[in-house]
Amino acid sequence: MEDTIIKLENIVKKFYIGKPNELEILHGISLEVKKGEFVSIVGPSGSGKSTLMNLIGVLDRPTEGSYVLDGIDVSKAQDKELSAIRNKKIGFVFQTYNLISRTNALKNVELPMLYAGVPAEERHKRAKELLELVEMSDRAKHLPEELSGGQKQRVAIARAMANNPAILLADEPTGALDSQTGRLVMDLFHKLNKEKGITIVLITHSMELAEETGRIITIKDGNITSQAEGGKA
Amino acid sequence: MTMLLENIKLAFTSLLANKMRALLTMLGIIIGIASVIAIMTVGDSLIIYISEEMNSMGANNIMVSLQPRTDDDNFFSTMMSAATMDQEISEDDMITIEMLEELNNQHKDEIKAITIYDYQGSGQVSKVKDYANVSVYGVSAGYFASQELDYVAGRLFNAHDFDEARPVAIVSTVVVDNLFEGDAEKAVGSQIEAFVNGKYSEYTIVGVYDYMVQNMATMMMSAYEISTEMLIPYKTSVNQTHNTDISNLYVVAKTGVDSDLLAKKIERFFEGYYRDNKDYKVVAYNMQSMVEMVGNMIGVVTTAISIVAAIALIVGGIGVMNIMLVSITERTREIGTRKALGATNSSIRTQFIVEAIIICLIGGTIGVIVGILGGECAAMILGYPATPSISGIIISLIFSMITGVFFGYYPANKAAKMNPIDALRYE
Repeated sequence: MEDTIIKLENIVKKFYIGKPNELEILHGISLEVKKGEFVSIVGPSGSGKSTLMNLIGVLDRPTEGSYVLDGIDVSKAQDKELSAIRNKKIGFVFQTYNLISRTNALKNVELPMLYAGVPAEERHKRAKELLELVEMSDRAKHLPEELSGGQKQRVAIARAMANNPAILLADEPTGALDSQTGRLVMDLFHKLNKEKGITIVLITHSMELAEETGRIITIKDGNITSQAEGGKA
Repeated sequence: MTMLLENIKLAFTSLLANKMRALLTMLGIIIGIASVIAIMTVGDSLIIYISEEMNSMGANNIMVSLQPRTDDDNFFSTMMSAATMDQEISEDDMITIEMLEELNNQHKDEIKAITIYDYQGSGQVSKVKDYANVSVYGVSAGYFASQELDYVAGRLFNAHDFDEARPVAIVSTVVVDNLFEGDAEKAVGSQIEAFVNGKYSEYTIVGVYDYMVQNMATMMMSAYEISTEMLIPYKTSVNQTHNTDISNLYVVAKTGVDSDLLAKKIERFFEGYYRDNKDYKVVAYNMQSMVEMVGNMIGVVTTAISIVAAIALIVGGIGVMNIMLVSITERTREIGTRKALGATNSSIRTQFIVEAIIICLIGGTIGVIVGILGGECAAMILGYPATPSISGIIISLIFSMITGVFFGYYPANKAAKMNPIDALRYE
């Protein structure tokens, strides 16, 4: 299907291959995500959730199976190609924000564009627009340490959007926030999903958050055990 | 290009975040570079100064001196022995006037003048109650051909002065300042009294030369403290000291004569007299070869110190490598984040190599500045003008850059090869 943005087929991921402690974490996962979807992946720790996220975020390659992201087969790509794919196709949002501490909010948002080779002027303009989108324009010159948790996460989301990625990959984005600011961040995701049509993959262990999304994918012991319609989205 | 600029900016921000650490890291580089620059400044300045000094004596001058026979045949032992010779040499070993006349006869076409001088000693000249310190030299006619002094008033010694051993003197402007309120014209023809070696002698001033301040030490002295040269005719001096022995003299070559070759001829000439002398021989150096010898000596010293400095630089480089490894460990999550955002291995590597280069270049620049200041201070104390070594500065900066690349590569490569997943998870 043309509007399929993520297509995983029989993904197997093994660690310590060929060693006595060889470990198979994912046992042949198949999954499709369509353009504009807001899906959540839930599962207890040790279920293979993080491994799956790393594969989707092309931080890692599957041992077996194929992964097509936005029309590109990434399962066989080299390191350098993976960097480019991460840069252009994926926007990461981390639980711990992972902003570069010595540079201000604006520079942080510019960073993915810097690696993409976007000229300085354009970078600057786009970063400003993105900060406006997440309502952080007034904090553009602030260093991460001068921002609250919720503000940091909003800057991080703006950064994730910098290169118009195919998907936003959010790993426990509200995990380090109190429920009120967590709410604001979730609202921002919904807004981006609805208004901008951005595909979002949310990894969480909170069923409450997952209920908000369009589809809940539950993973347990390296297999997808259920896919259910979510509530709101 | 933008990437490089960003990397440089980034390097500065991360250095500014840890100023003390950055400074301590740079210390090794600073010390290494500063010592090279200081030594090179002193060395270069010394070479330039000596060359100028010797050129002012005249490139055609050949210094001839009596020297104890040793295996150590170089300029410095000549200078050393010349300084200590007075007491040691017996009259039989001395160069005689007859020898010089013979030398002049044999090489008439090549020798312009032969200068002998007799150092009487230091003392004071006075007029009524004012005084000035002087060193009295008895000089022969050839002296004025070998020395380029700047005469401001009066005349040189003439043949009558020399032949008749007249009590005439040429003094410096310092003497004129002290005794004649700086009026050189008034000084010429005036009588002064010199007190040297416990004896008073009367002289008539016939000429005045301009005394140039030689170094910092004399610059800070008052006119009454400076001792300047006072010249009197050779025979006048000998009549007082009864010292007809000659151990040092200058030969001035005629224009167009190869003074190196003439120096060798002079040595050969004197070898005729001194062949059977077990203790002494006569050596002749032309000024040019002396300059070269001094240059070589200083070159050896510079090389030796540069090797020490290179070791300091290596130690400094290891310090840089160490701090880069610490910095990379501290910034593991940042590296992971950058990789997640699309940084390639090579862009991470470049980032940290640039940081290492910046550390080394800042250290190198501080080192250059400290080195120049140190070299200037040393040159000032030694009393000659400092000339910063441009080549030394350029080489030092290039060398510190290479240090940065060399010692930055390993840590940077380690950062580049980090697994993004592990790096992101690093606590």
